[in-house]
Parts: sequence; C-alpha cells; structure tokens
Amino acid sequence: MASSDAEGLSIPIDDYETLLSTTDVELLKRAWRNEKAAPDILRFETDLIGRIREQIQLMEETAEEKSAAGVDPLSLSLYQMDLDRAQFLLRSYLRIRIQKIEKFVFHIAKTEELWNKLSREEKNFARRCTEDLKQHLEDSVLSKLPENYQSFQKQSVISEEDDMIPEAQLDTFVVCRSKEYLTGIQLEDGPVDDRSMLFEMEPGVLYFICYKSIKALVESGKIDLL
Amino acid sequence: MAGQSDPHFSLFSAEELEFVAEDDMVEIVPNLKMDALNLISGDFGPFVPQIATQVPLWLAVALKKRGKCSIRPPEWMSVDNLTQVVEAERESQEMSEKLPFHYVEISRLLFDHARDDIPNVYMVRSLIEDIRDVRFHKVRTDLEAFNGRTIAVKIKNLSAMEVNIVRPFIRRALQAFCKHDSPELIPEPERVADKRPQVVNNAPRRQLRR
Repeated sequence: MASSDAEGLSIPIDDYETLLSTTDVELLKRAWRNEKAAPDILRFETDLIGRIREQIQLMEETAEEKSAAGVDPLSLSLYQMDLDRAQFLLRSYLRIRIQKIEKFVFHIAKTEELWNKLSREEKNFARRCTEDLKQHLEDSVLSKLPENYQSFQKQSVISEEDDMIPEAQLDTFVVCRSKEYLTGIQLEDGPVDDRSMLFEMEPGVLYFICYKSIKALVESGKIDLL
Repeated sequence: MAGQSDPHFSLFSAEELEFVAEDDMVEIVPNLKMDALNLISGDFGPFVPQIATQVPLWLAVALKKRGKCSIRPPEWMSVDNLTQVVEAERESQEMSEKLPFHYVEISRLLFDHARDDIPNVYMVRSLIEDIRDVRFHKVRTDLEAFNGRTIAVKIKNLSAMEVNIVRPFIRRALQAFCKHDSPELIPEPERVADKRPQVVNNAPRRQLRR
C-alpha cells in the first residue's frame, strides 16, 4: 500500500524532496493534528494558513466558473468535495485554537511567549475574551465577596501567586512519532533516579511520552503528534 | 468553565480518523472519460476507461458510489497476505509491520462501498477482524507490564485506531505513575510516624461546597 508522505510507514525522506511533494493541505493536516494533540497552544501557522486561504478562494472561483460554463456535474461535485475537505481542516484548526484560547485566556494574555503565538485576529479575540470574562466574574461573583477575595487572579490577597488562572498542563502524556533518529531527549518528568537518563527515538515508531520533554521538538517540526 | 469540560477535546473522533485515512492513495479503474482534476489536495487523472490510475480513497469512493469506477483493493488486503499477517501476529508479541497505519479505516471504507471489488470479501473481512482481535489483545497484555518505572511507552506499528483506543488509558496510567512518584508527594518518614494529616502542595487548597 503506497501511503502518503506524512503517513509514511518509516521511510526517511530527504527534506527537500518532502517539501516538493508535500501539498499545503498535507502540511495543514499535520498542523491540525499537532494542534489537536498538544495540550498548549502552538505557534499560529501564518504563512501556511495564508496560502491555504488563497487556494480555497481560488478554487471557489474556479468551481463557480465551471458551474456557469456547464462543466459536467460529476467533476464539479468532486471539486466541491475537495474544497469541503480543505475547508473542514481549516475550520477545525482555527476552532481548536479558539477553544484553547478561551480556556487559558488569562494565562496566555499574561505570558508573552504564548501571546506571540497567536495570530492578529486571535489576539483581538483574546483581548475581548479577557475583558468580557473578567467583567463577568466580577459582576456575578467577585464584587459580592469580601474585599480580600475580589481578585479574579488570586484566591485571596494572601496568595503569593496567581493561583486562580487556568493554564495548560504540560506534564500530560501524548502520542508522537519522529521523522528522524533523535537522541539525547531529556525526560524531565521521569521518576527521580531516572531523570538523568537520556531517551532516544527511532523514526516511524510511536511513543507515549510526557509532552514537556518533547515540546521543543514538536515546535521545531522534528516530531509529529498523533 | 462551562461548556469546556470535555476532557477529550484533544482526541480524534472515529470520523476524524476516517477523514485522515481517506487521503491514502488507492488504485482505481475508471469506466468513464474525464479530464484531469486539479484539486487543492493534488492533481489526479486524467481518467480513461480501463486505464488504472491512483487517487485518494475519498475520490475513489465518490466515483465508486456513482458507479464510475472499480477500486483495486490494496495488496495487503489479499487473502494470502492477511493469512500471513494473522500467523505473524499470533506468533510474536510484536505488531506486524505489513499493515498500513490506517488499516482499520481503509478496510472498513472498502467493505462499505466496494464489496464487489474485493475478491473473497467474506474471508478478507473475517481475517481482518481476527487481526484486529489479536492485536488488541497484544496491546492489552503489553499494558499489563506497566509499572512505576514506566516513563515512556514505545509501540512499533500500532495503528491509528488502536492508538486512539488505548490513548486515554495509557495517558491516565502514566500520569498517575508520574504523580505518585513526584518527590513533593512522598511524605517524609518522621511526619508519617506522627500521623498528622499531610498538607500536600498540589492538592486543592480549599474544598468548594456544592
């Protein structure tokens, strides 16, 4: 069974070649899967999403022209299906991100590193979301509590940290697959005496592993989440 | 927060897995003439009667549903190959590498939409079911070998559907091991002798009443 590149059973492919033979939809699918499987928000794929949007728009126009020109309904419906698939991926990708932003909005807003991973539109959304949520919490509950308990960030004034802000749990376990042979991965979250142990990953093999230890590799595109 | 309590929001649904599997390529023999399709997901065709061509599974199924092609089942779906796989799966604790990542979804789609194109369809179907059962059983026995030392689990050739099924369990199990191993949670011996209630760092500070 010849499977596509991203699904490749364990064939290491030259990067350049992968680049040539990989369509943007394939890249979007990878981004979508990573975003779905990662506990925290990943960097917004600005260029890729821009290209996909253009392609979808172009294809919509082509489909309209074809329909006006009376092209046979079968091929028209196939173009439409292809369009629907690309749009599904795009929407799903954007929605997962919005879900994450809503969930962790206060934490994202106060952490510069995370904030910079959002797109311009997402930043606008997050700003409005922060304001509304804060307003809502204050109006409905916080303003009715004693003065010491009125912060939306802290349980009470004696809390040293902002302990009422939900943030993504990075020590959760994820399923991943590496494209190349990787060595020297530090497993920070193992049992105490194993912490110094370095971990290696073979290409194409699936691993259940703590997200924290491979976060950087996911971000650099060396590892895919599943 | 309301409406966001779904703990599985990052998991893939069966439909989503099927969606992904539908991008795998399959060979079809069209019975119509149609120009090449220049789609977002790639260029396919041109389609000429009786000339085999490679298309993604979704396209194959769409044409098949309209009676415009027959689908050539992939090589791994032959009775010969599947019989070998069943034997290999039964003999070894390792997962066979002869099946594609999406074998469950692909075979399911072909059974649903292209039964008449699969030689010995009943045999093929029951072989695939056997393979599934054997493999699930193996994964399950693998999981029994988990212990507190497990910091990562490596599984060769596990398929997409199998990953999805064992994921919630493995994730929670590993997390639990991690949590119980963490040094902050291991009580110091003298305190235990005291039998005083432990105040634990990560525990909720205040129990909210309902």
